[in-house]
Amino acid sequence: MKDDIILRVIAKLLMPFMLVFALYVQFHGDFGPGGGFQAGVIAAAAIVFYSIIFGLPAGQRLAPDRLVEIMLAVGVLLYASVGVAGIFLGGNYLDYFVLDADPVVGQLRGIFWVEAGVGLTVCGVMLKLFYMFAGRSRDAEEG
Amino acid sequence: MNTIAGHFSYWVTIFLMVAGLYILVARSNLLKKLIGLALLQSSVYLLYIAPGKLVGGTAPIVAEGFDRYSNPLPHVLILTAIVVGVATLALGLALVVRIREAYGSIEEDDILEQED
Amino acid sequence: MLLATLVVTVVAMAVQRNLFGVVVLFSIYSFLMATVLVALDAVDVAMTEAAVGAGVSTVLLLAALYLTGGTEAKPMRRSLVPLALAITVGGVLAYGMQGLPAFSDPQAPIHSHVAPRYLNEGPKETGVPNVVTAVLASYRGYDTLGETVVVFTAGVGVIALLRRRGKKKK
Repeated sequence: MKDDIILRVIAKLLMPFMLVFALYVQFHGDFGPGGGFQAGVIAAAAIVFYSIIFGLPAGQRLAPDRLVEIMLAVGVLLYASVGVAGIFLGGNYLDYFVLDADPVVGQLRGIFWVEAGVGLTVCGVMLKLFYMFAGRSRDAEEG
Repeated sequence: MNTIAGHFSYWVTIFLMVAGLYILVARSNLLKKLIGLALLQSSVYLLYIAPGKLVGGTAPIVAEGFDRYSNPLPHVLILTAIVVGVATLALGLALVVRIREAYGSIEEDDILEQED
Repeated sequence: MLLATLVVTVVAMAVQRNLFGVVVLFSIYSFLMATVLVALDAVDVAMTEAAVGAGVSTVLLLAALYLTGGTEAKPMRRSLVPLALAITVGGVLAYGMQGLPAFSDPQAPIHSHVAPRYLNEGPKETGVPNVVTAVLASYRGYDTLGETVVVFTAGVGVIALLRRRGKKKK
């Protein structure tokens, strides 16, 4: 598909908009529809779109395998450590109001980091799923 | 007749659920069974969200000028359910791919024949 | 109406035997479902359903379809027992549905217990106007942690199932 000039041009034009839209949805989840899950899926969709048109190796240069695996795990760890931070600062697990002097600001901070963790994990998992399925050839050598 | 008009969304939900169940049970192709499962899960989303809507209300985002909001609680539950649904689908598809490599076919009857 | 097109799409999906057509119909179904959800004021859910159902699910189904092959075989058995099962389940559900409140009834129990508290206190306590995000991330944050772990587990499971060991023999 990378020989078709229309697809190439459109892909290169649309990619930055898709990624920026994913970031917008992530950070504007407080004021409009959105949040971590949608943002993660949209970001993964942008890279999948690029991979479909330019081929899987090109996509994997953009988002290397190791990076995707690290993203998967770091998201969940981030979420869990926000909870543990709540314990260190005096509240129960996943209490946000202890994260700052003003409880409302504490809530905002907690929600921000938690949604970031969720977005990272979802993006990593969707990308990894695509890589695993698309990277497997049709006639397998084993079994 | 009041019940039929008032319950219209439930009738559609029941039809979608039953159709998904039928595809899941009656078809022997594994991939189609998985799609039937996805349909079944999707009808449940409708089942939960339809009762939460208030006519004349708006989306549950607090803003100036609106005083009636649709119920946010089912939205939260279904958001989780959608993501869990796609996780299940991905695992199921991975299993189907491996079955195909092991048995050469994804028709249930062929696989059962090879097992005997 | 939107719901009628949903029903037509599902019937077409059940009958269609070319699996590629079934996957395309599934994608159409997801988009229609997302539109219905917007009509029901569930904007967060609609965005997620559109992105996940019509985006990721379709891509994964197409990838699996490429890896497994394209047509469903003709059914060998008459599908009377499953049809009877489906109709029985439908009948039981319809019987149970009679007790549910009518569409958009403000007196329904669903609107009376926890929801007004979330709607009224949510933005004040958390500072976030989107009540769905506030409930998801703050009031019910523990459930969202569980869900993130489920997504992580699915990723790990697929890695375990589809990983190639060591060298490729091609």
